[in-house]
Amino acid sequence: MNPAAVPFLPRGVRVHEDRVRGMSVLLAPERALKLDAIGLAILGEVDGETPFGEIVNRLAARYEAPAERIAADAAAFLDGLVERRIVEVRP
Amino acid sequence: MKPKPNPPLALLAELTHRCPLACPYCSNPVELTRKEQELPTGTWLDVFREAAEMGVLHVHLSGGEPASRPDLETLVAGAREAGLYTNLITSGIGLTEKRLRALDEAGLDHVQLSLQGVDAALADRVGGYRGGFDRKMQVAAWVREIGFPLTLNAVMHKQNLDRLEETIDLAVELGARRIEVATVQFHGWAARNRAALMPTRAQAQRAREIVLAARERLKGILVIDYVPADHHAQFPKACMGGWGSTGLNVAPDGTVLPCHAAQTIPSLRFERVGDRPLRDIWENGPAFEAFRGEDWMQEPCRSCERRHIDFGGCRCQAMALAGDAAATDPVCSRSPLHARLVAEAEADAAVTEAEFVYRRMNSPALVS
Repeated sequence: MNPAAVPFLPRGVRVHEDRVRGMSVLLAPERALKLDAIGLAILGEVDGETPFGEIVNRLAARYEAPAERIAADAAAFLDGLVERRIVEVRP
Repeated sequence: MKPKPNPPLALLAELTHRCPLACPYCSNPVELTRKEQELPTGTWLDVFREAAEMGVLHVHLSGGEPASRPDLETLVAGAREAGLYTNLITSGIGLTEKRLRALDEAGLDHVQLSLQGVDAALADRVGGYRGGFDRKMQVAAWVREIGFPLTLNAVMHKQNLDRLEETIDLAVELGARRIEVATVQFHGWAARNRAALMPTRAQAQRAREIVLAARERLKGILVIDYVPADHHAQFPKACMGGWGSTGLNVAPDGTVLPCHAAQTIPSLRFERVGDRPLRDIWENGPAFEAFRGEDWMQEPCRSCERRHIDFGGCRCQAMALAGDAAATDPVCSRSPLHARLVAEAEADAAVTEAEFVYRRMNSPALVS
């Protein structure tokens, strides 16, 4: 994921608060993915307007963590979802 | 005391058995429910609310052809309101642009369109419905225009497996995000068409190679889910991800089933929505309890290291082929019946001329 890329959740994908299981899940066609706190924080910044580089900066500031590590984790998470057509990217 | 089962993730709502298509591998039970016995709108809406409250995330609105129900839009709106992710499993027949726009308004999340073949000649012959393919392509265009995510559901068998690559290409062309390449399962009606549908071992192997190559080539473009030809497999599929563990079905008349073919097991006793809360049926219903966990298993399953992986395979297939729903699925190479199953599959695969026995609601009941 390059810093200028703008990730977004395409139609048919949404974060759902699963009250029965007490967790957040990402709902997509034929898929329900359990979101941990990190995944949820990353997706919380995915608004279809913010470029990846800025998402990393925000997360690094909020969690007082090195931007490089955040970038690696967030890219791995989002790239994995892009491969499965659950997240899309505007170049 | 037994531990309480986890809540189900998915509900397959079989809204109706009515369908304009006549596919020779129809997965609906041999005994179809008539329109008069179908649940009314309000009861389905109650089912959706109960399902969401017990932890169901996805509802698959299926049939038959769900568009045969004039209240489909109301049902979608109700399911969304209950908090469910709504998936429409359709042949496309009965959907107009106007209806699709109404379904969009109602909050439909996803469309899964069935595909019988890659051109009109093949698809209409398999589906037994002239004009079906062209209509389907029109529906796919409307789906794309409205913006619904699209999955193609391609049922594959002897007569269309040689065109699998074109099938995958068509999914890309139609803008689908996913395709399900599902080799026919020989239950129910499909069992009458074994000679016309059973793929050869060479076809099954080639299909696997095509799927693996396409997955690599189409990463980020098309997700490919693959159900292989299990009569040619070494181990059975983990049917339903384990009986009574992840999903449940509600049949058109409200019968609550652990899987869509469960009524082929004569020893099971089923309940209907409204008899008691859906959660109660899921947690304690005798049909769900029957094959939950491992206590029901016989040898060779009971001591098999794969019993947590495939749960002994498909109970309905065990019933159909071994005459005992608690037996090892004969698809498993460790089943004593496996050699016979393979021999019969190869004999059926070798048949070159076999007519389809189509599945129509008004066809006279066949005695098998």
